[in-house]
Amino acid sequence: MMHSRTVQIWVGLFVIAGLAALLMLSMKVSNISTFTETEGYEVTAHFENIGGLKVRSPVTMAGVVVGRVANIGFDKESYEAVVTLNIQNEYDNIPADTSASIFTAGLLGEQYIGLEAGGAEEVLTAGSELELTQSAIVLEQIIGQFLVSQADKE
Amino acid sequence: MLDALQRLGATALGVAERMGRGHLFLLHVLGGFPALLPRFGMVVKQMYSVGVLSLVIIAVSGLFVGMVLGLQGYNTLVDFGATESLGVMVALSLVRELGPVVAGLLFAGRAGSALTAEIGLMKATEQLSAMEMMAVDPLHRVVAPRFLAGILSMPLLAAIFSALGVVGGYFVAVGLLGVDDGAFWSQMQAKVDLHEDVFNGVIKSVVFGFVVTWIAVFEGYDTVPTSEGVSRATTNTVVHGSLAVLGLDFVLTALMFGK
Repeated sequence: MMHSRTVQIWVGLFVIAGLAALLMLSMKVSNISTFTETEGYEVTAHFENIGGLKVRSPVTMAGVVVGRVANIGFDKESYEAVVTLNIQNEYDNIPADTSASIFTAGLLGEQYIGLEAGGAEEVLTAGSELELTQSAIVLEQIIGQFLVSQADKE
Repeated sequence: MLDALQRLGATALGVAERMGRGHLFLLHVLGGFPALLPRFGMVVKQMYSVGVLSLVIIAVSGLFVGMVLGLQGYNTLVDFGATESLGVMVALSLVRELGPVVAGLLFAGRAGSALTAEIGLMKATEQLSAMEMMAVDPLHRVVAPRFLAGILSMPLLAAIFSALGVVGGYFVAVGLLGVDDGAFWSQMQAKVDLHEDVFNGVIKSVVFGFVVTWIAVFEGYDTVPTSEGVSRATTNTVVHGSLAVLGLDFVLTALMFGK
């Protein structure tokens, strides 16, 4: 039997290695910042078609993630999708006439909302609504239109 | 005809009886846990033989499993031009499934068999009976520290396996195959969820550690006290332990990830 001090040192190292591995898995592999949800304010936007947008999809501005999709609902009167965006508090000077479009990352990637700043003086606050929106591009519709236009030519 | 029926009945009764003994045994051992706290040194000593000595095989397997995942995943993903997702694939498969499961199988083979053989030999050489003669409860003195050490070691081993697997996948993907360094990590961080994926993987490894150690110490304690009996008990530990890990993994996966 080894000296008990050596045994204890080895077990101590083992525990530290195990905890370090857990720490690496939570910090480096998964994103711990999504765990501590940052404070933000919510604005809404109506879209004709949101395609494959999901709750927690990113909201970007000039490619930088400024928030996340907080909720997706359906407006019974206008038959449109109501998307609630949660924008981080540090971005508090976004113009009120900013437009929102649904883009796709890559050809078949996930969908996200891109904001494009307008020129208005007043800024977005909690509860504001984005008036200018552009729906997701649905690939099947485009293919359908293309086929129809090809058929018309002949 | 009636003989066959009788044999079936006897087997079923034997299995039920053994299950019952196993659960009573578990209750008795768990009852010994509070007494271990003031004498934690006994658990530390067992963690050395159960955990530290399993470290080499766990670390090497983790590294190589991650590297192979990287190589094979690349072959599939490169056709779709999605090699940046390699990190996500490697991390998710390791953290959710391969980490706990393969570490559990190795744990059953490396640590479980050793536990069974040790306790079985103690029984065969009547050391356990000698303890009882001295009014020392062998379940509390011998089995409980080994059991607790197994439960504590397994999640740590599984975490080390997964972490080294990710590192192995990183070496192959970024070093060998030329996947973009930043995309590898950022895609991984975007898709792997701390609660959904990492915590559930840890829960799995705790459950596997509990079940494999339970099977190992019970097989050892319940062995037929002959050299043949000990060898059969050791085999049983590895076979039943591995089957339990695979079966429970399906159940846990269905509960955690199947909506």
